[in-house]
Amino acid sequence: MLKDITLGQFYPVDSFVHRLDPRIKIILTFAFIVGVFLGGTLWAYIPVIAFIYLAAKAAHLPIKMLLKGLKPLRFILIFTFVLNLFFSGGDTVLVKLWFIVISKEGLMTAIRFSARLVFLVTGASLLTLTTSPVVLTDGLERLLSPLRKIGFPAHELAMMMTIALRFIPTLLEEADKIMKAQMARGADFESGNIMQRAKAMIPLLVPLFVSAFRRAGDLAMAMEARCYHGGEGRTRMRVLKITKNDWIAVAVVAAMIVLTSLL
Amino acid sequence: MPIVIENMSHVYQPGSPFKADALTDISLTIEDGELLALIGHTGSGKSTLAQHLNGLLQPTSGRVLVNGQDINEKGTNRRALRQQVGLLFQYAEYQLFEETVYKDIAFGPKNQGLTGDELDRRVREAFALVHLPEDCLEKSPFELSGGQMRRVALAGVLAMKPSVLVLDEPIAGLDPRGREELMQIIDELHDKGVTIVLISHNMDDVARMATKVAVLDKGCLAMHGTPREVFSRGDELEKMGLDVPQTVQLCRQLRRGGMDVPDCLTDEELAQAIVSALKGGKADA
Ligand SMILES: Nc1ncnc2c1ncn2[C@@H]1O[C@H](COP(=O)(O)OP(=O)(O)OP(=O)(O)O)[C@@H](O)[C@H]1O
Ligand SMILES: [Mg+2]
Repeated sequence: MLKDITLGQFYPVDSFVHRLDPRIKIILTFAFIVGVFLGGTLWAYIPVIAFIYLAAKAAHLPIKMLLKGLKPLRFILIFTFVLNLFFSGGDTVLVKLWFIVISKEGLMTAIRFSARLVFLVTGASLLTLTTSPVVLTDGLERLLSPLRKIGFPAHELAMMMTIALRFIPTLLEEADKIMKAQMARGADFESGNIMQRAKAMIPLLVPLFVSAFRRAGDLAMAMEARCYHGGEGRTRMRVLKITKNDWIAVAVVAAMIVLTSLL
Repeated sequence: MPIVIENMSHVYQPGSPFKADALTDISLTIEDGELLALIGHTGSGKSTLAQHLNGLLQPTSGRVLVNGQDINEKGTNRRALRQQVGLLFQYAEYQLFEETVYKDIAFGPKNQGLTGDELDRRVREAFALVHLPEDCLEKSPFELSGGQMRRVALAGVLAMKPSVLVLDEPIAGLDPRGREELMQIIDELHDKGVTIVLISHNMDDVARMATKVAVLDKGCLAMHGTPREVFSRGDELEKMGLDVPQTVQLCRQLRRGGMDVPDCLTDEELAQAIVSALKGGKADA
């Protein structure tokens, strides 16, 4: 039921890519996105596709898993493609049907834009599938921490993100349980018009909120009991270190970007 | 309304890396008027099994028949089924949501379509069954203690007048007095002819009350029989991380010490066995 919603969608296996430093992975993801936009011709996408394929292999990710991230975007993709196909203008006409004109330039633009979108999403999925949310926010905090000098609350932001991410599955589980408990008492969440359905949510939402607040209170208390007082002077259990593997990854992405911009 | 489970298996999140085989090839019959205790180590699949009995979960394979009808067949009215097979969840106090205890208990019967006097009667009857102070009825459920909330939740299920009642660890986290009272309530319901499936970690209660015991181990049905049959296999139970009742433990130790007593399930039985063993000993001397 509700459990099927995956957020952050981390794919928990051990691999070369999973073990990379999260800071490097975040930077490389941005570099990858920029690289994709440097490519002008369709040839330039060959290194990009090769890179995605290799990265997925190195991360032990099924390609299917990677493409699943595209499903919510399918309408935007189709829309982008169609819009560019018909309305880009251009002189080399390929097809002409009454008022519909498809030019070669239009076709190229359509392919280019949709391909970029696909690469963008797969690139981001590569990051989130191979990096657990906690590690990801950890990396983000470290990347943002230089901004603390100008008063940016990097630690607090990362802590909030970590807690939020940590509790999403818990709350989903809880919602699932409460929903079942109310269904056991004859509640009906599936039929009726919008008003009836909204009303039917009350037996789910009230206990869910009550328990979320209770959890928040408990968590705050537990953190204070263990002397949490913000990021100041805090040491880490997992110290991030850049290793040789990270440099290999940097080299591979750099090679991909160079190839893309040359082709 | 006998419940028959045939070769049922359940897999959580199949096809994902989080896949978990919760139940494997369970076959079990629950007869009318039975008080079946379902025991097993944490994570052995007790709650999962409980949720199959009223169709909240569908088996990955196998069937569940209630009153001879496959409850997961298309066209089965699951809402009607859930009124007949009541289920009290583990930590049920977290399902309360209404402004007053009265309204919360009325939620179930209202969903059954009851109104007016009939509804009022059902609520008051169910409330009387759980032995709470009278003034609780108009209080907010959130003002009550955890144990009291648990009883309100139980009343909410009882108000639907189920003929089978499934209770998932109803006494977990209650004080001895609350536990005793709740077991009393369950006993009374059983005497009234309600079929009961009780999930519990308290072997003494199980020995005292159950007519049948089913033992789950890592999702498989390891044993099924009368309490006497099941608890006579203490060594196997211990291997599954389970206890035998204290009375049985004592009997085993007495036997080891040379006194001839059979396994006893209740205090009274044990006392008698010891007395007669002592008398027998004296007669010999
Ligand atoms: N929603 C779920 N998704 C995935 N796995 C689950 C889910 N619910 C339970 N499980 C797994 O199924 C197995 C059986 O769980 P279940 O809750 O039925 O155990 P239990 O016997 O009731 O345990 P307890 O005594 O702790 O209540 C466990 O290994 C658990 O991790
Ligand atoms: Mg359980």
